[in-house]
Amino acid sequence: MKTTINNLKKGEKAIIKSFDVDIIPLKLLEMGCLPGNKVELIQIAPFGDPLFLNINDSLLAIRIETAKEIEVEIIKN
Amino acid sequence: MNGQNINVALIGNPNTGKTSVFNHLTGLNQQVGNYPGITVEKKIGFCKLTSKIKANILDLPGTYSLNACSMDENVVIELLLNKNDKLFPDVAVVVSDVENLKRNLLLFTQIKDLEIPTILVINMADRMKYKGISLDIPYLETQLKTKIALISTRKNYGIDELKELIINYKSLSVEPCLNASNIDPDYFNNLRKAFPNQLLYKLWLVITQDVNFLNLDRKEIKNSFTKSHSDLKKLQQKETIKRYQFINDVLKKGLNVNTAIAKDFGSKLDRVLTHKIWGYVIFFAVLFVIFQAIFNWSKLPMDIIDTAFATLSTIASESLPKGVMTNLISQGIIPGIGGILIFIPQIAFLFLFISILEESGYMSRVVFLMDKIMRKFGLSGKSVVPLISGTACAIPAIMATRNIENWKERLITILVTPFTTCSARLPVYAIIIGLIIPDNPVLGILNLQGLTLMFLYLLGFGMALFAAYILNIILKIESKSFFVVEMPHYKLPLFKNVAINVIEKTKSFVFGAGKIILAISIILWFLASYGFGNNFKNADTIIASQIENQNLPKTELSNKIAAYKLENSYIGIMGKSIEPAIAPLGYDWKIGVAIISSFAAREVFVGTLSTIYSVGSSANNSTIKNKMAAEINPVSKNKIFNFATGISLLLFYVFAMQCASTLAITKKETNSWKWPFGQLVFMSGLAYLVALIAFQILK
Repeated sequence: MKTTINNLKKGEKAIIKSFDVDIIPLKLLEMGCLPGNKVELIQIAPFGDPLFLNINDSLLAIRIETAKEIEVEIIKN
Repeated sequence: MNGQNINVALIGNPNTGKTSVFNHLTGLNQQVGNYPGITVEKKIGFCKLTSKIKANILDLPGTYSLNACSMDENVVIELLLNKNDKLFPDVAVVVSDVENLKRNLLLFTQIKDLEIPTILVINMADRMKYKGISLDIPYLETQLKTKIALISTRKNYGIDELKELIINYKSLSVEPCLNASNIDPDYFNNLRKAFPNQLLYKLWLVITQDVNFLNLDRKEIKNSFTKSHSDLKKLQQKETIKRYQFINDVLKKGLNVNTAIAKDFGSKLDRVLTHKIWGYVIFFAVLFVIFQAIFNWSKLPMDIIDTAFATLSTIASESLPKGVMTNLISQGIIPGIGGILIFIPQIAFLFLFISILEESGYMSRVVFLMDKIMRKFGLSGKSVVPLISGTACAIPAIMATRNIENWKERLITILVTPFTTCSARLPVYAIIIGLIIPDNPVLGILNLQGLTLMFLYLLGFGMALFAAYILNIILKIESKSFFVVEMPHYKLPLFKNVAINVIEKTKSFVFGAGKIILAISIILWFLASYGFGNNFKNADTIIASQIENQNLPKTELSNKIAAYKLENSYIGIMGKSIEPAIAPLGYDWKIGVAIISSFAAREVFVGTLSTIYSVGSSANNSTIKNKMAAEINPVSKNKIFNFATGISLLLFYVFAMQCASTLAITKKETNSWKWPFGQLVFMSGLAYLVALIAFQILK
């Protein structure tokens, strides 16, 4: 099964692998959500959605439905 | 030559302190207006650089890139692509935040591709030590082909260096700092050949988005260089990756972060402020404090203003020669101006709190916290910002919906925002609560009047959510949904920014809304002072000849005459004719007149009542509130502003759509008359119904 951002646990870090460009908004790409960049799950909002992330040193929040589309590889410490 | 004028455009991502830089450069020399035809706020300021050189500084809306996805961002591109615009910048100043340099530089590299002289401002330099950041400025300057001003608007340094760079803008390089066209060399080479006189990056921007571009025939470029939406987006992704590669390479050498020193206070704060329980507790506590404060803190200055204008009226009527002009001044103009100025304390406090919430970065946490809940109502977490700033005024609030990406969520937000209690309702609430709710302490520290006010606010929010829920079911709109929100680092709000914001907003209220209020006050005075027919003309003799009035003392008789005159004046006749419709709500014709006149703007209500009561009584030396408290129903001999009528009025104002400007802005933002018309009918109908039920139960 593919690992996507919403599978991360709080505090877990990962590298963005790939996603379908047509689904992911350009704005998110411009904020640093690009293959090869680091992502960390900082906080999950109450009721499980949205997710508070650190992507490429930018702090931002996205919804689960978007996070599901972004495949990542977890960095093991 | 006498002097030189330089056009400077401030460009930058949101939350980089762009507005602080603007405020530092211009102080209070600012003009806030709108871009022609659209409601995006246009801020221009002036700055004297030397005795001969002046700068016109344009604060452009915050944008993450030149690929516009909102009206605000479109403004930036349209200006930068149009050399003929009289505000076209001689020099662009890109403002960045030292903690977000990587992301901020993306926009910088795009601006550089436009070949405009560009200065890079790295703001918040005071945070570097705290975050363990060090920069190699000369290296960055060479790589980015620019000049850098390292500044701190908080600690107040670097601004003079920035001014120096602006003065010498002609020595700046206009070379792009990377070649983005090699993401698809064939395509871009053909483009270059087809339009040899145009800037390649400009062409690319025109192809990828919907901007007005005066010098080029869009169709021509589009036809020969069309690509599918998907292919274009792939290229845009490639372009973005390319730019980030360049930025990463530059920052690898130019920026060093010593993580051992870096303190991370923000994430600790976030653990509490976005906590599943504490997050909400704190959010509601913040709201609670704001509303208690607005009511209690502004009470004293409001009372002072009220009393001062009552006294002024008396002085004017006693010291000026008797006549129509004196009446106009003491009963029309002075109460009219008083009716405007009395709102200043509450409006100022409200904007003070809202700008503190936005400046500190807390507002984004609220968006994060509320998104899931708001979505149940068909709204977005981002709808919280309009709903909260709607407590100041629905107009900027509706404009603030622009960053909601999903059209359905945005439309619903626009439609329900007017339910939130705007500052124009506040004076109405304040005066009626003051009349019907006792000033009792509750649980020692709270105050019954403050609690009532808070309840009214909650009712407004509740109704907004309920209406959204219904609209979400009714409206059948399919739109692509996505949600990206930046969570800026926490910052202590800058006093200067908050102060300027409060002053600007209050000023625009006093001069914008104030003009309407004053004009309506004068018209009302006229309508209340004149009438047709014999009843009005012969009021003196009619009253004096009535048998029950024969033995009255002189002052009481003249009061009766004045009241009779008012009843038979133009406004009295108008009010009387609608009385049957509003009597079931517990209102007399005077309140009816106030409701009619406040249809264009709610805040006129109190001013209207004060004008009507000034005309209606011979004594001017009483405050509006005292006059209202003293009003007696001539038939039942009960007080007019009793509990049932008061509650009915309060509820009427909670729900009614009484703001012409809000309707206009809804039309503008939705581009259709259908939505504002729906708002008007639905909200006002609801208000009538609820007020009717409340009065009939309570009376």
